[in-house]
Amino acid sequence: MQPTFSSSRILLPVRPWFIAFSLLTALLLNFLPTAQWPGIPDWVALVLCFWSIREPRRVGMGWAFVLGLMMDVADGAALGQHCLAYVLLAYIAASQSRRILWFPLAQQALQVLPMLLASQFIQLAMRMLAGADFPGWGFLIGPLIATFLWIPATFLLLLPQYQPVERDENRPL
Amino acid sequence: MAGTDHAPPPFFKRGPAPLALLTFYVAISLALFVVDLRLKSLDLLRQSIALVTDPIQRIAQTPGSLVDNALGYLRGLDDLLEENTGLKQTQLQTAPNLQRLEHLEKENERLRKLLAVKEREKAKGEVAQIMYTARDPFSHKIIVDKGQQSGIVAGQPAIDESGVVGQVTRTFPFSSEITLITDKDQTVPVQVVRTGQRSVVFGLGKGRLELRYIPANADIQEGDLLVTSGLDGIYLPGFPVARVVSIEREHSYAFARILCAPVAAVENFGEVLVLSPRQPQAPRPPDATGRSGNTGTPVKAGAN
Repeated sequence: MQPTFSSSRILLPVRPWFIAFSLLTALLLNFLPTAQWPGIPDWVALVLCFWSIREPRRVGMGWAFVLGLMMDVADGAALGQHCLAYVLLAYIAASQSRRILWFPLAQQALQVLPMLLASQFIQLAMRMLAGADFPGWGFLIGPLIATFLWIPATFLLLLPQYQPVERDENRPL
Repeated sequence: MAGTDHAPPPFFKRGPAPLALLTFYVAISLALFVVDLRLKSLDLLRQSIALVTDPIQRIAQTPGSLVDNALGYLRGLDDLLEENTGLKQTQLQTAPNLQRLEHLEKENERLRKLLAVKEREKAKGEVAQIMYTARDPFSHKIIVDKGQQSGIVAGQPAIDESGVVGQVTRTFPFSSEITLITDKDQTVPVQVVRTGQRSVVFGLGKGRLELRYIPANADIQEGDLLVTSGLDGIYLPGFPVARVVSIEREHSYAFARILCAPVAAVENFGEVLVLSPRQPQAPRPPDATGRSGNTGTPVKAGAN
């Protein structure tokens, strides 16, 4: 599969351990003590969204649910809050994956923004309904920053799948 | 099957349909959410998941603590010496009071014995290091490094050197979660030191507290110190909680709107003392007919 369907570059197949590794790294990034700064993106949501679009048959709602549970416990949030947001995010991303990959990267990012915003809004709505206090509009800046990070994230996460550009005589491909 | 994506014909096994899976997971998530918030009976699940996430969290904390350690190392000897002299001076300044306090406590104990009044409880506790602030932006909580292994149970109050910080709300095997007094819906029964009037302080979030149920014409001034009243059976009496910052008296309301600022450095990092649970109090007398409720501690809605 290529970075987008219009590009002519052919990628190697993805390695399953790399998907697991990248999701765990995202979890680690989320656990960093960055809660006091506004606008830190939800790394797990970003990486999960990426793999759900890119490999919808390998990463799906099961992964989303487990990661959501871990985030809930680690955050001290209400159980089920991240679960629901991530599961819906994975579902929407997977259902849109065939369409989104036809667009250039910048336009992909634009289409990812509403998904990430929706997952943040779901969490906001759930907690506000349960009587928590409003965390401030900084809570919704995270998805915007994550949108800008879509292009570098795509590059980084596809890096192990790129083939060398120069040809090697001893290799068939 | 009308799939949600452009699904190929079902030549190959692909597991349950996406929509069915989605319904399943959404149902579980919502059930978890409701059970966790309403019934609060998922602590075992939480603790078992925490066993997995706790090591990852500790790894994530290491860069920050390494930087802190390095900064502390580089702060230099001069600063430490200066701080040491300052601390010695304060110790000397407070020494006369402390010495007399011991004497007074003894005297108080003796007098209480003479009067056949129950002895005052002594404050004991365990020092815990604050590991980090919980990431949840909807609440105000901190995580400390002592947990069930150190015998911490939910409900214990936590103080720092200047006043009440909060209350332990959840315990994990190696850490526990303290809800700060500034958290929304967190309440502390207090007493105004100057007048002895009792009431309850509610957290407002964003580092503010509100003193409620004080009549608009009550004798209360800006700068009044509020201490725990001890009526709740959780907090020992006499710990400073907050200072009155502003008072709004409107004649259309029965109560004054009184905003307070916490005395303890509740939003800062450092160490806290988790006080051991109080001795159980005498059972509440049965309600007399015609008089119900109004027993000092307000019962939170839904916490029965």
